[in-house]
Amino acid sequence: MPADIHRNENESLTRAGTQVERASGRELVIRRWFRARPRTVFDAMTKPELLRRWWAPAGIVLIECEAEVRVGGRYRYVFGRPGEPSMAFSGVYKEVVHGARVVYTQLFEPMPDTGDGLITTTFAEQEGGTLVLQRELFPSKEVLDGVIASGMERGMRETLEQLAVLLAELPA
Amino acid sequence: MTETFAALAEPNRFRIVELLRVGARSVNEIGERLDIKQSQVSKHLRVLKEARLVEVEARAQQRLYGLRAEPLRELNDWLARYRDLWDERFRVLDGLLTELEQKKERVHARRHSPKRK
Repeated sequence: MPADIHRNENESLTRAGTQVERASGRELVIRRWFRARPRTVFDAMTKPELLRRWWAPAGIVLIECEAEVRVGGRYRYVFGRPGEPSMAFSGVYKEVVHGARVVYTQLFEPMPDTGDGLITTTFAEQEGGTLVLQRELFPSKEVLDGVIASGMERGMRETLEQLAVLLAELPA
Repeated sequence: MTETFAALAEPNRFRIVELLRVGARSVNEIGERLDIKQSQVSKHLRVLKEARLVEVEARAQQRLYGLRAEPLRELNDWLARYRDLWDERFRVLDGLLTELEQKKERVHARRHSPKRK
């Protein structure tokens, strides 16, 4: 797809809410402005004790959350709906610049054959707050298509929480 | 859905879809507007038709290609739900961030000269 992903760059970010776009066949980009300093947002999106307070959507429980936020360090988030088998995302940090940028691999453990995705999150000071840009590079176009297709198939029947189990991505 | 994306992944096909958003057009018009050879336009249209993204309508002597909204709506629906998921999380995060910033302010105010930044 063309590079009009940046077309909203100059609109007021503070009012734009959460934006999600498919930037290419295998890439999604999420952007959101927060009223806090980059360092604070970075911490909230990487430290397990803080992640526990916001990451799990309604109906989902974050059962375990470990993260060693340094290059080569690992993380693992185990989550699920009460009374159902749990699932996990895990991976390795590739780049860590505190308060500015973090890059890590992501494996959805129930589907190890799909391979690792790569998430790049940047934290930029803007308009008195922080603009978070999260690029989610899926292992292949087919994997992203599959994720989307599975979401569509169930689509109308699914509650947002059930969808979350399928699609939830790691925060930075 | 998979076909929708496969069809849209090719830049010229995406441009064709963008153009057709305004209204149905003939192969000639599409070729001229986008500066693509007519044979290429026909090829792309065939793929878009297979993906159910465009449909042909015969108007007078012409065959006009127009967009079918449904596959695009599916894509938009999915992206919208993915956005809602993150938006829900981020709204909780907003509250946490406010709390963290306030805590920092208090700590900062209490210290006369902080040792470390």
